Amino acid sequence: MVKRSKIVIFFVVLIMFAALIGLTTEKIVKGTKLGLDLQGGFEVLYDVEPVKKGQKITQETLKSTVEALNSRINVLGVSEPDIQIEGDNRIRVQLAGVTDQNKARELLSTQAELTFRDVDDKVLLDGSDLEGNGAKQTFESQNNKPIVSLKLKDADKFAKITEEVLQRQPQGENIMVIWLDYEKGDSFKEEQKKELAGKQPKYISAPYVREKLTQKDVTITGQFSVEEAQSLAKILNAGALPVKLDEVYSTSVGAKFGEKALNETVFAGFIGIAVIFLFMLIFYRVPGIIAVFTLSIYIWLILAIFYLMNGVLTLPGIAALILGVGMAVDANIITYERIKEELRSGKSVLSAFKAGNRRSFTTIFDANITTILAAAVLFAYGTSSVKGFALVLIISVLASFITAVFGSRLFLGLWVQSRVMDKKPGLFGVKESDIREL
Amino acid sequence: MSFKYDFVKNRNLYFIISTLLTVIGIVFLLTAGLKLGIDFDSGSRVNIQANETLTNESVEEEFKSLGLEPEAVVLAGKNDQANVSFKGALSKDEVVKINAHFEEKYGETPSISTVTPTVGRELAQNAFFAVLIASVGIIIYVAFRFEWSMAVASVVALLHDAFMIIAVFSIFRIEVDLPFIAAVLTIVGYSINDTIVTFDRIRENMRLEKVRTQEKLAEIVNRSIFETLGRSINTVLTVIIAAVALLIFGADSIRNFSIALLIGLTFGAYSSIFIASQLWYVMKSRQMKSKKTRPVEAEPEI
Repeated sequence: MVKRSKIVIFFVVLIMFAALIGLTTEKIVKGTKLGLDLQGGFEVLYDVEPVKKGQKITQETLKSTVEALNSRINVLGVSEPDIQIEGDNRIRVQLAGVTDQNKARELLSTQAELTFRDVDDKVLLDGSDLEGNGAKQTFESQNNKPIVSLKLKDADKFAKITEEVLQRQPQGENIMVIWLDYEKGDSFKEEQKKELAGKQPKYISAPYVREKLTQKDVTITGQFSVEEAQSLAKILNAGALPVKLDEVYSTSVGAKFGEKALNETVFAGFIGIAVIFLFMLIFYRVPGIIAVFTLSIYIWLILAIFYLMNGVLTLPGIAALILGVGMAVDANIITYERIKEELRSGKSVLSAFKAGNRRSFTTIFDANITTILAAAVLFAYGTSSVKGFALVLIISVLASFITAVFGSRLFLGLWVQSRVMDKKPGLFGVKESDIREL
Repeated sequence: MSFKYDFVKNRNLYFIISTLLTVIGIVFLLTAGLKLGIDFDSGSRVNIQANETLTNESVEEEFKSLGLEPEAVVLAGKNDQANVSFKGALSKDEVVKINAHFEEKYGETPSISTVTPTVGRELAQNAFFAVLIASVGIIIYVAFRFEWSMAVASVVALLHDAFMIIAVFSIFRIEVDLPFIAAVLTIVGYSINDTIVTFDRIRENMRLEKVRTQEKLAEIVNRSIFETLGRSINTVLTVIIAAVALLIFGADSIRNFSIALLIGLTFGAYSSIFIASQLWYVMKSRQMKSKKTRPVEAEPEI
């Protein structure tokens, strides 16, 4: 007696899953964020160091540094920068899909501390004297050269300073030197020699002060291109970094490289998964077909969870996913081998299916729990990529447990209950001659 | 099944093989050490994609024109790619210079990694301690769900597998990079999974029968291994299929990752049968000797 209703239910459920997968896959695949190793971009890990003596790096300073970096990245127009604080004194910046990596790098790490100094490098004015958002790129009226105009907070202070500089002796020292990112040890007198020798000095410009200036508007004339002047103005508006950033690790991936790595690895994945499917079909027959369904659902489920968690897919991530399919097969294999064993011992298809499911469950459960336990420790204790890896492992073990155990039970169960497979152990890959009499 | 093999009888052979491999591994690690990629050693790596055929000399010339001295140049792809390594981290300005130069010449921005050794080492150290802590966790869980001797045996097998990957990488001078750590961690997960499946069967068979003699114990271990052998072989085959596909067709940058997986998977399958189960047999039979007077209670299966 064949129960057709069960087979109908099987196909209905199958079509429902197929529809769900078909309808959502495109959105998931397109919406999943790719790591910079897959789409090009760069990553820098900075050691955060104090600028001034006695300054302490606290979580507060780190947070404000991240804010400053974020507003700078907006200058670049990168859509999804990823800036994270790591540990007590590190910041990791990941910019995927940046077109001009050099510019981005430069922009991120300049401290953007503008100072006005005298010829002996003593600070006259610094960033705190500037009006917020007051920097602008304009053109010099006489010769149309690009310049940057600034607004000061206090005109009187500027008057006092220009007066001091004006009175400096001997003659020719009435210079105000404008520095961007003055570093300890830099000296105007050294740099001036370079300029006289026709080389690029470290300071931006060194104008003579010829009169006392009582005004808020100041302009910087340097050897700028329009773009350079614009970006200087933007950096100044984004604000100076409260700390010094030292690159300890950096990696940049060309867009073409990323694309190639993605294509190659996805291709490898297709080949590997196709061979696994073939293997399952040959070795396990009908249950093998079921395994192909549940494994397909598994792959979809992993991608969907990843998408919903807003995870970033990286190259090792894809590799882990492909490998995860291999591991997810394990739960199927354990169950099917168990059913085969029960069939060989002479049980009917229905009772072999039930016994096989029940007995394989504890095995799969204990094996998976132990793996999850190990992964959970790695997740709790590990840092950065160890943590990310552990998360992928936990997700894939859970997903494989759900799809392999419950998926197989549901799908294979419907076929078994339909009774079309009764007395046909060959459909499970069991030879009649191997079956013992009860 | 007609083919019978006495796993337990030959256990000392496997112990000798694994001990020998471990000793060789330790010797290599102590003398030659690992070939550290730039992730663990201060240095820089530049990957160039060109639109023409490259030679080692032409690439070196290009870098010399920029005032840089490459440490090694390795051609890849159809000789239109070059992996160039440098001693020490390239400065920001040098990176900018290289990017600009090759972008203009070949129309492709190269990939550049520079690193100071601290970060990679910290990560490796972190992974190492994480594995140790995870091992303790596994011991506790397995001791609770199974028994103490199985817990110890499974963790020994796990550490054995992880160490073997490191040893093979040291012996064959394969470069160790950051994804390598991920591969070792994967193997830790796989190895424990594989061992537990075998132990689960031993546990089940132990419940079914009264085990009073060492011969009986050996028979149970052998039988359990045989009963799970189909599963063990098929599972390791499918995972190895996946790893081989990654190795042959996957991106260059995960080649060493795939090699590490392949080694680890092989040892993982080996250790469950030949190390973990046998180790458990040894511990269990000692236990039986020491409490001869108290027979092991047989629990009937429900």
